Amino acid sequence: MGFVISQSEQEEIDRWLLKYPPHQKQSAVLPALKIVQEKNGGWLATEHLDAVADYLSLPKIAVYEVASFYSLFDLKPVGKHKIYVCTNVSCMLAGSETIVGYLERRLGIKMGETTQDGCFTLKEAECLAACGGAPAMQIDNTYYENLTPEKIESILAGLNG
Amino acid sequence: MVNFEINDKQYSAPDGTLIIQVADREHIAIPRFCYHPKLSIVASCRMCLVEVAKSPKPLPACATPVAEGMKIWTHSPCACDAQKSVMEFLLINHPLDCPICDQGGECELQDQALEYGKDVSRFTEGKRSVKDLDIGPLIKTDMTRCIHCTRCVRFGTEIAGMRELGATGRGEHMEIGTFLEQTVDSEVSGNVIDLCPVGALTSKPFHHKGRAWELQQVASIAPHDCVGSHVYVHTLRGEVMRVVPRQEDSINEVWISDRDRFSYSGLKSPDRLLKPLIKKNNEWVETDWDLALQFTIKSLQAILEKEGGRSVGALVSPSATLEECYLAQKWLRGMGISSIDHRLHRMDFSCDSGGPSPCPTFGLALTELENADTILLIGSHPRTEQPLINHRLAKAARKGAQIIMVNPIQYDFNFKVAAELTPSGGQLLHPLLGIMNALLSQKNERPHFAWLTPFLKNTVSTPEEKQVAEWLGRGNKKVAIFLGLQAQAHWHASALQLVAEALALFCQASLGYLTEGANSVGAWVSGVLPDQGPGGISLSEGKGLNAHSMVKTPLPAYVLFGGVEPEFDLANTVAARRALSESAFVVAFSPFRGGMCEQYAKVMLPIAAYTETEGTFINGEGRWQSFNAANPPPGEARPGWEVLRALTALCGGPGSLYSRSEEVRDELKHIVQNVPSVTLPSLEQRFRRIEPILSESKEGLRVVTEWPIYRVDSLVRRSKPLQDTAASPLFRARLNPKTASLYSIKGENKMRIRREGEFECILPVAVDKKIPENTVHIASALEGGGNMGQQGAVQVFLESNKDA
Amino acid sequence: MDNIVCFRTHHLNPPWSLQSYLKVGGYSAWKRILVDKVPRQTILASIKASALRGRGGAGFPTGVKWGFIKAELPGQKYVVCNSDEGEPGTFKDREILLMNPHQVIEGMCIAAYVMSATVGYNYIRGEFWEPYQRFEAALEEAKKEGLLGNNIFGSGFDFHLHTHLGAGAYICGEETALIESLEGKKGFPRYKPPFPATYGLYGKPTTVNNTETFACVPVILEKGAEWFLKLGVPGNGGTKIFSISGHVNKPGNYEAPLGISFQELLKKAGGVRQGHALKAVIPGGSSVPVLPAEVASTLNMDYESLAKAGSLLGAGSIIVMDETTCMVKVLARIAHFYTQESCGQCTPCREGAGWLWRIVHRITQGQGSLKDIELLEDVANKIMGRTICALGDAAAMPVLSFIQHFREEFVYYVQHGKSVVYSQRTSRSRKFLDYSGEVGGFISFG
Repeated sequence: MGFVISQSEQEEIDRWLLKYPPHQKQSAVLPALKIVQEKNGGWLATEHLDAVADYLSLPKIAVYEVASFYSLFDLKPVGKHKIYVCTNVSCMLAGSETIVGYLERRLGIKMGETTQDGCFTLKEAECLAACGGAPAMQIDNTYYENLTPEKIESILAGLNG
Repeated sequence: MVNFEINDKQYSAPDGTLIIQVADREHIAIPRFCYHPKLSIVASCRMCLVEVAKSPKPLPACATPVAEGMKIWTHSPCACDAQKSVMEFLLINHPLDCPICDQGGECELQDQALEYGKDVSRFTEGKRSVKDLDIGPLIKTDMTRCIHCTRCVRFGTEIAGMRELGATGRGEHMEIGTFLEQTVDSEVSGNVIDLCPVGALTSKPFHHKGRAWELQQVASIAPHDCVGSHVYVHTLRGEVMRVVPRQEDSINEVWISDRDRFSYSGLKSPDRLLKPLIKKNNEWVETDWDLALQFTIKSLQAILEKEGGRSVGALVSPSATLEECYLAQKWLRGMGISSIDHRLHRMDFSCDSGGPSPCPTFGLALTELENADTILLIGSHPRTEQPLINHRLAKAARKGAQIIMVNPIQYDFNFKVAAELTPSGGQLLHPLLGIMNALLSQKNERPHFAWLTPFLKNTVSTPEEKQVAEWLGRGNKKVAIFLGLQAQAHWHASALQLVAEALALFCQASLGYLTEGANSVGAWVSGVLPDQGPGGISLSEGKGLNAHSMVKTPLPAYVLFGGVEPEFDLANTVAARRALSESAFVVAFSPFRGGMCEQYAKVMLPIAAYTETEGTFINGEGRWQSFNAANPPPGEARPGWEVLRALTALCGGPGSLYSRSEEVRDELKHIVQNVPSVTLPSLEQRFRRIEPILSESKEGLRVVTEWPIYRVDSLVRRSKPLQDTAASPLFRARLNPKTASLYSIKGENKMRIRREGEFECILPVAVDKKIPENTVHIASALEGGGNMGQQGAVQVFLESNKDA
Repeated sequence: MDNIVCFRTHHLNPPWSLQSYLKVGGYSAWKRILVDKVPRQTILASIKASALRGRGGAGFPTGVKWGFIKAELPGQKYVVCNSDEGEPGTFKDREILLMNPHQVIEGMCIAAYVMSATVGYNYIRGEFWEPYQRFEAALEEAKKEGLLGNNIFGSGFDFHLHTHLGAGAYICGEETALIESLEGKKGFPRYKPPFPATYGLYGKPTTVNNTETFACVPVILEKGAEWFLKLGVPGNGGTKIFSISGHVNKPGNYEAPLGISFQELLKKAGGVRQGHALKAVIPGGSSVPVLPAEVASTLNMDYESLAKAGSLLGAGSIIVMDETTCMVKVLARIAHFYTQESCGQCTPCREGAGWLWRIVHRITQGQGSLKDIELLEDVANKIMGRTICALGDAAAMPVLSFIQHFREEFVYYVQHGKSVVYSQRTSRSRKFLDYSGEVGGFISFG
């Protein structure tokens, strides 16, 4: 067992645990996975999943099931920043194909891939609930709306790799 | 009760009954995949949709309870359309590889597709394929065939008590499996093979071995534990191809253990003994039955004449059939041999010395077990010893029973255990006395149990023991107490048994024994005991030695019956090996040759193995369960009871010409019905027999041994798939970290274990927190593990690493 | 009559602070209930009289739903807010959480009081990090103010409200899937009955309401059921937030009375973009049946009117499409969404949603046949009404309605291997880039 959940991550998980009844530790599995994912390179390796299972006293398979079900968990290495581009109806009507095309060319990768320098992973998002600001995307925890190529340029520049 | 209609016919059923349950009761066919009567309801496959009046949509019969006045149609256009649609959806991604699929011919999808499917698929897109992971030597996966019914997943959670398989991923990418390549280790894992409605989970040892429709099916009884699970043996051209469960709700329900399912592989071991063999000039020479039997009798008679009745020891397998047991003791006693025993694991018989032993039954029915309120298990790891008793315990726990364990080490239980007492040095007696002490204080009953006083002199009950005493002594509750294999094999087995009896008496609890083998009760009933005859009747004369004494001091001759391998099966394997090697004559009645037997035996007589003989086992409930042979024994091997019949006849025994094995059983039954029931001396009297333990030292290290799940008998030991599972332990001395550091021992070290004048052995160390202090835990019956002596006090030394 | 219920703090700065909320009368209902010990039944009667209907999409009367909980029975009960907004076209709850979180808190408090629940959770979808933080901050403010916690205002009533974060799964918007997810499991909808009112979170009686529904509650109790009811049309009390997206000049959220005409709403959103004509409208989020322009143009936006027109009000999420829209491509995208978001639990949806998508996708690749159009309808009909939850219907309804109203477009695509729209299109707007037919950009970014 190489990986151990750090003290600060444990404390953060413990704060979530306080929200649920004592015998319902499983309720904290989504937040716990999010915390461990964010603190450990943006993705969850088996050892991370196992550590969460141990920490919450769950069968490992219960954590594998959850981690593989929710789309915000990555089970393979990702870039430093995850770019989720919405391509659903409203964004599509507002030209998300062009946004995707621009990002793919700009970053030199296809949807689902990670740039060679490990900076960006490009992902297709299902509806982000930002249809009023279509086309929209999410980078890490932040939403960006009414996208144009120019706007994307300045957003990427602001991220500094 | 509510009244309702199915297909325009009136029915009634208790409130809450599901439509599918009524349909099954009335033999109305409703197709289904996810529904299984022993599993929770998920209503997810949608195959059982039926039309219900006033419902705008068809409803799943598996999840819809009947209601007063309800009108249900299972084959109306609405229902059929729904069912056929679901079938089409299930088939779009299901491969059409039925010709090479092991499930073919017994596939629920295939059967239902015939009725509800179309001839031609409208699905022209590419089919989904799923990568297979190796999940161990027992279960073959072909997950592309999976239809996601999740029966296997629910089985893990609800029956096996360990979640190993899951449904990972989402939507059409959902996959059933372990997610990562890892083995499925549950002791009942094979049941998912039967549960899987398609060919996604099939038997690995049976893979491509035969077609379901070619197999012959014979009902039988499982031979490895005292549960007496009902099974079917499936054979093809006289060879056992697989073993599957046979439903018996009062015993095994619809499950069997992996041990009972896969042990048949051992039947095909290259070790099978095919002809009678006699050792001449240290060479094994094939001979015929006549000669072999004559030689056996003459050799034994010669020794008996010279050395007397006590010169021959007979060890009979606790899994030998009732008929074999009865005829064996009849023949042996006829010859004048009185040292007969089947209690191979046991080393302490002091409580029974000179008097009868109690019949080792469960003390209650299996169905009652799951309704007990408090259950105390002493020296028991039911999960490996009797997996289906473990399942009943899990059910009891789920219903809220307090289950208390007093064990030499900590185990992984797959149900909630209220208390687990693991004393240091394997000293199980101490917590038991602690509990007894607390009970006497709580109930102010000390004067009535005055004879217990000397035993409780130094006992101070711990809070945990007091808590257990409170649970046991609540009154008005159903309490069951069991002595498990490790209590029976314990160096204080007698004391444990008597204190357990005292506890049971005090708490008005049932007292049961979870015994070794499939037929310990049958062996007891047949009189395979040194001082009790058929029916348990005490012998006034001609008492013999018990299994432990037979090898403790070597005897001139031994009779081994039923595949007994003393070097693995006896409590003291060092003594057993020495005794057998030094003896002048050993005859082994066994399905197997190989191993040490070839060295110490003079005669090897091939007898039929499980599935090859008819017979009877009496399970722990006391149920007599007879079965037929499923296939003929190989070579010249003969059913054991026939061999014993011949021997009895050759010895000129009276009434020894039975034409059928049933006659043997019925003769015994007649005896049992006509002998007085066994009366044990009073508990007080028997307690006196164990007084010597009061002077024993409590200090020091003790070795605790345990028979691993797949090392319990000669057949299991030869089943390759079972030996290949993760449950096959390494030969290691396991120690608590504290104890290890006390002796400056580390995990990578080797350790020398010694008992002065008895044995010495060196083995690698494993440090394990689950082992209590002052305990050295070692798995018995392992290949190469023969240097270990019996359990109990030892000295240990760090072995220098130079030869590590 | 705009921005008087959920968006009533919009004019203040910042709209989301406790201060701003108090200024518009926030928490006055909650305080009055606690101080006056208003009987539960009185509140319940108000909610029922207001004709407030669930704003998450199903439109079930909120008062009736609350009445299912037996508040007087002992034992833990829970109120849960469904902020797992994710139906394509819907983006109102995000704005409520961002702009007026306190009103959701107050609504949940009142619901908890009515149902005697001492613990509540707001399940916020995982992507909503900013709204999550905004809501957490509001919770802190409310706790500090003594509006939450034990023995609130000395009433003897305890209420503890927590946020829970999802992790990316549309299906968790289904209330029983949400409960499963809150329990730390996959979002598998449960088979009902039992309903959450008897067997909900951790097996306890639970009420799950949408964010907007809770946000309506305080105003009803402040201003009276009658006032709220009269905002809308009979049986459709109050205002509704309409999320308008697609080919309009000013996409966004518009709070307007239920029963407002579609034309009026469209006007609020700036009308169909310049130089284009309305072609079709999805009036309630991507799962509801699409309506052609001629039907949509005459609509009133309330539950009954939409049902009569052959669609559903859903979450009031209006996706507007002009004549440049290829309906086959839009359907392909919608079908893809439901394939991705099917939980996988039950057969018709797991297998059928992906089948539907593959057929439509194949048509868009020029590989379709006329038979495929019939097959689409047949497969969709075989999913409808046969699944555990409504996602199966959600996957089927767009397919059936798109083909019903725009069959000739599907036929054209199959016969010509390309979109009828692409061949007809003459003009292109600079703002709306390549949305219709071609893959790959025709605009170069220099």
